[in-house]
Amino acid sequence: MSEAARLPAALEPRLQSRLPWRLHPEAMAGLLLAGPAVLALTLLLLLPTAALLVLSLTDMELGGPPLRWIGLANYAELLGDPGFRIALRNTLVYVAAVLPLSVALGLGLALLIEGGTRGRAFFRAVFFLPVVSLLVSMATAWEYLLHPTIGPLNRALAAFGIAPVNWLGSSDWVLTSLCMIGVWENLGYVVVLFLAGLTAIPPELRAAAETDGARRGWDRFWLVTWPMLGPTTLFVVTITAIRCLRVFDTVATLTQGGPNKASEVLLHEMYLEGFTYFRIGYSAAITVVFLVVVLGLVLLQTRVLERRVHYQ
Amino acid sequence: MAGISIEGVRKSFGGAAILHDISLDLAQGEFLSLVGPSGCGKTTLLRIIAGLEQADAGRVSIGGQDVTRLRPADRDVAMVFQNYALYPHLTVAQNMAVPLAMRRLSVLGRLPLLRHLSPGQAAARRGIMDDVRQAADMLAIGHLLDRRPGQLSGGQRQRVALGRAVVRHPAAFLMDEPLSNLDAELRARTRKEIVQLHRRAGVTTVYVTHDQVEAMTMSDRVALMQAGRILQIGKPRTMYDDPASLAVAQFLGSPRINTLPGTVDEGRVVVEGLRLPVHPAAADGTGVTVGLRPETLRLTPAGPLFAAVEHLESLGADSLLHTRCGATPLVARVPAAAADGLRPGEAVRFEADWPAALLFTAEGARLAHARAMAHV
Ligand SMILES: Nc1ncnc2c1ncn2[C@@H]1O[C@H](COP(=O)(O)OP(=O)(O)OP(=O)(O)O)[C@@H](O)[C@H]1O
Ligand SMILES: [Mg+2]
Repeated sequence: MSEAARLPAALEPRLQSRLPWRLHPEAMAGLLLAGPAVLALTLLLLLPTAALLVLSLTDMELGGPPLRWIGLANYAELLGDPGFRIALRNTLVYVAAVLPLSVALGLGLALLIEGGTRGRAFFRAVFFLPVVSLLVSMATAWEYLLHPTIGPLNRALAAFGIAPVNWLGSSDWVLTSLCMIGVWENLGYVVVLFLAGLTAIPPELRAAAETDGARRGWDRFWLVTWPMLGPTTLFVVTITAIRCLRVFDTVATLTQGGPNKASEVLLHEMYLEGFTYFRIGYSAAITVVFLVVVLGLVLLQTRVLERRVHYQ
Repeated sequence: MAGISIEGVRKSFGGAAILHDISLDLAQGEFLSLVGPSGCGKTTLLRIIAGLEQADAGRVSIGGQDVTRLRPADRDVAMVFQNYALYPHLTVAQNMAVPLAMRRLSVLGRLPLLRHLSPGQAAARRGIMDDVRQAADMLAIGHLLDRRPGQLSGGQRQRVALGRAVVRHPAAFLMDEPLSNLDAELRARTRKEIVQLHRRAGVTTVYVTHDQVEAMTMSDRVALMQAGRILQIGKPRTMYDDPASLAVAQFLGSPRINTLPGTVDEGRVVVEGLRLPVHPAAADGTGVTVGLRPETLRLTPAGPLFAAVEHLESLGADSLLHTRCGATPLVARVPAAAADGLRPGEAVRFEADWPAALLFTAEGARLAHARAMAHV
C-alpha cells in the first residue's frame, strides 16, 4: 500500500490543489479574465513609471552626448538648485492657500445651495462652469481682469481710492493672484462634490437632531452634517490637494513662472527643464519628487484617515 | 408630562391632500396606537406632532400649551424613528447623551476642545453621564455604552433609540414603527418592555404601527387611520368587537373578518340562497353585509352555512379552514382536531355565534341587529 493510498479521501483534493500545474479551472478563468487589465496596467502605468525612475538616474539630454548612468546625482543637484527650491516652496504655499480656502468656501456654498429652496440646479451649473471650461482660454479672461491699467479689478479698487496693483507682474503679488485663480478654478468641483455628499445624509438624522434639541443650524452642523460628510471631505481634500500640486496651466499661460521665478511651481519647472532645456534626466527626477508627494498624500488618505471617517 | 391634543389638522404635499381634518385627544399618560394601511399618513401626523412638518391648518397642543408654531427642539417630545436614526459616528453613550447635552450644556461646553475653558460644565457633564448610565441599565444596554451603532444588532440599536428618547424624560413619546425591523421573538419581548417602560414612566405615547397585534396588546386606545382620516378611536377590545364600519372590522383581526354579501328577506339575511338566523334592522330587499369573525365559526353537521373545503392551514393548536360558500370565500378558525382529515372539495356545514355577527349596510356602515337574541 502506497503512502497516498492510506490518506483519508477528504485530504486528497487538498493535496492535489497544491500542485502548481493542476490549476483549478476557476482560477485559470480568473487569471485569463484579469489578463487584459494587468497588461494594460503594466503597459500604461507601471512601465512608464519604471522608465521615469530609470531616466532620473541618468544624465539624458535630447540631442546631447550619449546617455550616462549617474546614480543619484540628479537628486543631489535638485537639493542644491535654488530654482527647484523656489518651485517647491511656491507649490507648497499654493497648496497651503488654495486647499483650505476652496474646501471651506466650497463647503459653505454647498450648504447654502442645499439649504435654499430653489435654483439648486442653476447654482450647481454656475459653480461647475470653471471646471468644464478650458482653463487656457479662461486664462485670457483673467489676464484682462487683472491687467494693471485696463483691468476691471484695479479700476474697481481705484473707485475706493486704492492704488493699482500689478497683479501678475509684481513678484509680491503674483503668487497671491495665482492662488485666487486657483480657488476660483477648484471651487466648483468642491461644491459639486459636497452637494453630492450632502444629499447622501439621511434626512432622519437631521430630524433626530432637531427633536434632540439642536435648535441652531450650527448645532446640527456639528452634530450631523460635518461628521456625516467625513468621507466626502476626505476625498475632496485629497483630490483638491492633488489638483493644487499639479498647478501648471495658469502658470504656463499667465506668468511663465515669472517675474524672477516668483511664481515658479514644480510642474512648470519640470516642463522647463524637460522641454525647453531638454534635460530629460533632471526633469525626470523632478517628476519623481512630484510623484512621491502625491503618493504620500494618497497613502495618508487610505491608510490613516479612511479609518476615522467611516463609522462601521 | 402632559396630554396631547390635535384639532383639525390638515396637510397636503404639492396639491395631494394627505391628512384631512384630523382631530385627536390623548389624556396625560395615555398610550395610543395609530394603525392603518401603508401610506395613510401615520408618519406625517407623527411628524406634525413632533414639529418636523408644519400642518397647513389646525392646532397641536401639548400639555395645554399651543405648540403649533414651535420648533421641534422646543416641544419637549422625543421621537423614535422607524430606522432608529442613531448618529453613526457617536458611541451608544454619546448618542444617548445628545438630548441632555443640547439642553444642559452651553454651546462652548459641547465643543470637544473648548469644553475645558467653560466653567461649571464639568459637573453638568457628570450629571449627564449618570443619567445616561441609569437609562442604559434600565434598558439592559449598559454593557454596550462604548460601542458604535454600526457594531450593534438591530434589537440593540432599537434599545439605544429608545434610550435616547427616555433619557431626558420628555412630555411625550412619539414612536414610528419602532419594532418593524425586529424578528418575531425580539418583537414580542421588546413589546413587553415598551409597555413596562410606559407603565413606569407614565409618559403620553403615540405609537405608530402596522402590526395590529402590537396595537391590540399595548395600547390604552387605538386610532385607525385610512386615507388621511381617522375612522375610529377606541379601546382595542371595542374596536374589535364593535367596529363602527366595515373598513375598521376588516383592518382589525387576522385572518380578516369574513364578509358575506346578502339581502334582507322576511327580516332575515339570505346569503348565497341560504337563510341565516340574523335579523338586521333594515327593510326587506335591502342589501347588507354579514361579517363573521373566523373564530366564531364552528363545524357542525347541522349548521346553516354550507361550504366546500378549499385548503387547510395548520397553526398548531388551531387550523385555518379555507372554504367557499357558493362564490363567497369563508375562513374558519377551528381546533386542529376538528379539521383533521378534511379533503379539498369536501362539503362541510358551519354554525356561527350569530349574536356576535357584525352587520353592515351595502356602503359599509354599521347596522344593528333587530333583536338582541336570534334563534335558529
Ligand atoms: N415629503 C413628502 N413629500 C411628498 N409626499 C409625501 C411626503 N411625505 C409623505 N408623503 C406622502 O404622504 C402619504 C402619507 O405618507 P406617510 O409617510 O405619512 O405614510 P405612512 O402612513 O406612515 O405609511 P407607512 O405605513 O408606509 O410608513 C404618502 O402617500 C406619501 O407619498
Ligand atoms: Mg410611516
